[in-house]
Amino acid sequence: MKVVLHVWRQASASAAGKLVDYQADDISPDMSFLEMLDVLNERLIVRGEDPIAFDHDCREGICGSCGMMINGAAHGPMKLTTACQLHMRSFSDGDEIWIEPWRAKAFPVIKDLVVDRGAFDRIIQAGGFVSAPTGSAQDGNAIPIPKQAADDAMDAAACIGCGACVAACPNASASLFTAAKISHLGELPQGQPERMKRALAMVHQMDLETFGGCTLFGECQEACPKGISIDTIAQMNRDYIFAAATEREATDVLGSG
Amino acid sequence: MTTKLDARIPAGPLAEKWDKHRFEMKLVNPANKRKYHVIVVGSGLAGASAAASLSELGYRVSCFCFQDSPRRAHSIAAQGGINAAKNYQNDGDSEWRLFYDTIKGGDFRAREANVYRLAQVSVNIIDQCVAQGVPFAREYGGLLANRSFGGAQVSRTFYARGQTGQQLLLGAYQALEKEIARGGVTMHSRHEMLDIVVIDGRARGIITRDLVTGAVEAHVADSVVLGTGGYGNVYYLSTNAKGCNVTATYRAYKKGAAFADPCFTQIHPTCIPVAGEHQSKLTLMSESLRNDGRVWVPKKKEDCGKKPGEIAEGDRDYYLERKYPSFGNLSPRDIASRAAKEVCDEGRGVGPGGRGVYLDFADAIKRLGEHTIRERYGNLFEMYERITDEDPYKQPMRIYPAVHYTMGGLWVDYNLMSTIPGLHVIGEANFSDHGANRLGASALMQGLADGYFVLPSTIGDYLAGVKVDGLTAEHAAFREAVDGVNARTARLLGIKGTRTADSIHRELGHIMWEKCGMSRNAAGLKEALVAIPKLREEFWSNVCIPGTGAELNQSLEKAGRVADFLEFAELMCTDALQREESCGAHFREEYQTKDGEALRDDEHFAYVSAWEYAGEGMPPVLNKETLEFENVHLSTRSYK
Repeated sequence: MKVVLHVWRQASASAAGKLVDYQADDISPDMSFLEMLDVLNERLIVRGEDPIAFDHDCREGICGSCGMMINGAAHGPMKLTTACQLHMRSFSDGDEIWIEPWRAKAFPVIKDLVVDRGAFDRIIQAGGFVSAPTGSAQDGNAIPIPKQAADDAMDAAACIGCGACVAACPNASASLFTAAKISHLGELPQGQPERMKRALAMVHQMDLETFGGCTLFGECQEACPKGISIDTIAQMNRDYIFAAATEREATDVLGSG
Repeated sequence: MTTKLDARIPAGPLAEKWDKHRFEMKLVNPANKRKYHVIVVGSGLAGASAAASLSELGYRVSCFCFQDSPRRAHSIAAQGGINAAKNYQNDGDSEWRLFYDTIKGGDFRAREANVYRLAQVSVNIIDQCVAQGVPFAREYGGLLANRSFGGAQVSRTFYARGQTGQQLLLGAYQALEKEIARGGVTMHSRHEMLDIVVIDGRARGIITRDLVTGAVEAHVADSVVLGTGGYGNVYYLSTNAKGCNVTATYRAYKKGAAFADPCFTQIHPTCIPVAGEHQSKLTLMSESLRNDGRVWVPKKKEDCGKKPGEIAEGDRDYYLERKYPSFGNLSPRDIASRAAKEVCDEGRGVGPGGRGVYLDFADAIKRLGEHTIRERYGNLFEMYERITDEDPYKQPMRIYPAVHYTMGGLWVDYNLMSTIPGLHVIGEANFSDHGANRLGASALMQGLADGYFVLPSTIGDYLAGVKVDGLTAEHAAFREAVDGVNARTARLLGIKGTRTADSIHRELGHIMWEKCGMSRNAAGLKEALVAIPKLREEFWSNVCIPGTGAELNQSLEKAGRVADFLEFAELMCTDALQREESCGAHFREEYQTKDGEALRDDEHFAYVSAWEYAGEGMPPVLNKETLEFENVHLSTRSYK
């Protein structure tokens, strides 16, 4: 099959970007979307042109490296599927495809489709962990955890940190990402001691990173390749409100005095 | 000149070695720990857990990864689970049993003392991960669930759905981020290690390239830890992530670290077959599918083009059940893989290119109902359909073996230190625990054992013996190494040939898969040893890398990694050629029994081959660490 691509090209963070057209011929429907880009890149390199830069690694939909807007949808048209797991059979011969990087102030473009998602790491640094230094743990079965709680925690923990939720959100909010971690740890007994502090600190960091606020459009849930539920955001809001009202250290955490 | 390999295995009874050793090792005073700077390269299970744990102890740590975040490391893709000798199921498990299963599974080519220690700390890993909030699967009573896995008769595998690697890595990643926030760890994402610096015989730092700006930087440390994973991508197609590479370990090898058993590479039997020339990687389907699927190919070549439903029951060859009646479809990875290759070599393979066999669930669906099969394997069936566009509820899956894991790696002693003092190697990057074949659910165990528990103890023994000396990157050795990296980059960019690095990598992969893959023979290996240098020459005269070194340049990154694979491949073939026996994943066609089973030679080959770099154009020097088996009886594996 043949497709026409309109790809966002931007040489560096400071350079201006634009959409550039490419004709991709001899594409097999069995290729993954990224393999289609590989084939195009191989041809560009041999012609002496700069290949399209994009992040990718595992190509199994689990590492969260890849991510791009495909025809205006984060990771493309197939639900619950990352760009690396999307196949060309989802398109028709002769289709035009628009490919752009994640668009969010907090995710500056590094080159072409590659963006800087360091803000996500800093949100985790703010409190997305249980402080359990190596060696200090008790027996794994010492605290029984109801199966439902473990399953709910796992549902939220399935987040791959790809950034699709931010890219899909009209406000570029990182609420689904942040809430998934708050819910994952908040469901478990091990996450309780730091639960309130965590909610305050992570939400605060999310704001500092210039992500937008959540107005419950629900686009994040639709775009999430792992099906993380928007219910986690309700959980985050509950924890945050409760913590803001009760946490004595709140001012310390927020750092504003 | 050969290096004397001293594994420094503590004396005394096997079960007491680790405790005794921990007592005898030197300690670094808590107040002095912050004076020592440790570099950790890699942020997978081993790297992230080590960096976090060392920082918790008080060391100053710098951690490097080539991905945009430490959470992306390929440990994340492990599906099945992690073994631990908890004996929660009361089914007779113990440290001894996990130790024995691992030694036997590795076909008696691993070091007893290391493997026993692995079994011992396995139980602490589960506790640690639970405390971090890893959402392991649980029973209704709230206790941890287990499942069984290949090569074991007890149920000792802990899991988090089909995403165990992801959850364990996120646990380690979160611990790492906690330490970054505290200031104990400085993280360098999108940095690739391109050389290691050795001064006065000690590892003193690394040279990196900032993948965004292209800046080449020198980093000084008191000890360097490599947790940089395996080299499966030497085959081009493998289940590894696209970025996995041998560069860090190969650079260390060229600076004097011995490389052990490079020919031990594991081929996993159940992967989705290659769909065409464009294929960029292979996807694993969990081994658990073989619990209910039956493997077959047509008896007659003429039937291979037919739809599977058109082939009568009597015309199907359920070859695993036929050849291995007692283990059948559950025979170990290496055996199942070779059997699939054999039937395809006979021309009876199915699917594109005839490289595939059927994994058929029709009987299981008839027996248990589609609902049960959906419950057990629903997510895997979906993934299969997404990739192949075929519905495995209606027609058999097609599977084929693929490169999955590398047991070989840098040689390390009991303290996980390489032959370069101060250079420690952890996780898949070292050779230490799996011998010639790794059991399922043991890779995660080893990565975390090394990172959380072993290295944080043993590195102190090394650091306590060295003085903090104020060395800076101004030292001539660092400047020379930076110049070397810059010169190599310039040379790569200056070739301006006509072929992409990927096209040459694909060709290398083809050579390795054909000549040094599932089965090897002397003639084929010798051919590979002629073909690889030729291809290397082609690379260095005809590769085409657009752009410059002063920007994000993914073609340049790729080319640098392929250049190292092109040298390393030769070392693999050299190792495979010298090992004139069949053991575990290493099957030499000349050494098999009458009925085609692996023929091990304990009298001549019960050793670790540790290769020493001898200089450009010189053959590497083979050093041998003889394996002593004092606690297990060497037996022949039989799965008939």
